[in-house]
Amino acid sequence: MSISFDKALGIHEQALGFRAKRAEVLANNIANADTPNYKARDLDFSAVLAAQNEKTKSGSFALNMTNSHHIEAEGLGSGDESLLYRTPMQASIDQNTVDAQLEQSAYAENSVNFQASFTLLNSKFKGLISALRGE
Amino acid sequence: MSLASVFNIAGSGMSAQTTRLNTVASNIANAETVSSSIDQTYRARHPVFATMFQGAQSGGDSLFQNQDAGGQGVQVLGVVEDQSNLDARYEPNHPAADAKGYVYYPNVNVVEEMADMISASRSFQTNAEMMNTAKTMMQKVLTLGQ
Repeated sequence: MSISFDKALGIHEQALGFRAKRAEVLANNIANADTPNYKARDLDFSAVLAAQNEKTKSGSFALNMTNSHHIEAEGLGSGDESLLYRTPMQASIDQNTVDAQLEQSAYAENSVNFQASFTLLNSKFKGLISALRGE
Repeated sequence: MSLASVFNIAGSGMSAQTTRLNTVASNIANAETVSSSIDQTYRARHPVFATMFQGAQSGGDSLFQNQDAGGQGVQVLGVVEDQSNLDARYEPNHPAADAKGYVYYPNVNVVEEMADMISASRSFQTNAEMMNTAKTMMQKVLTLGQ
């Protein structure tokens, strides 16, 4: 029997990575709140979750290894397909689709979700540590 | 690490807003700077913002820039002068009046500049707050396993 970190940590590791990535995307939206022609972006959580579930179901990761020298692809699969454009609520005269209030609330929500994912991941590690100590 | 790039993005936003605040200060300070010729009169200055992309930031400016990729902050492309008409006033007793008795005032709209100043100040605050939140998140990650 071997200890697998992937099995022990579950989805929380990927969830934390997703939250960090989304913080970057939302930060970019807020920084470009005054840039003409800028289109607000966001990551679709359910799309990333579905992609991760698909990978888990198929047993291996998305890339096929046809040669023994190929290295297994790991990590968060948040490619460009999950990076979408936000639908503007109110059109701006300079073609900018950033709603500062919306982005701020999304950023705050993402930050709280990040802390939640972190707490869950931390408790997984604490469980592993107490299992190793056997106390 | 993507959380660290939030610092770069927010920093670029703060830098761009500072440039905007500087042009506003320059415009308001020169709002009453008169001149006797059109060419020498101060014109309102405005910064031009543009999204910064990953390739452009790392120096390798590619012709086939991936427009679909997420941006990496904001940059000031340059500062342009307002080309709208100057305000010519008939003031023959003014020491700077030209032969016909006109002095030229800059095309600075002080009310617009004040609104711009408040907007720049708020955007700066938002970027600073965003950096603070990212810092809290990173500090939290450092306590993993404790």
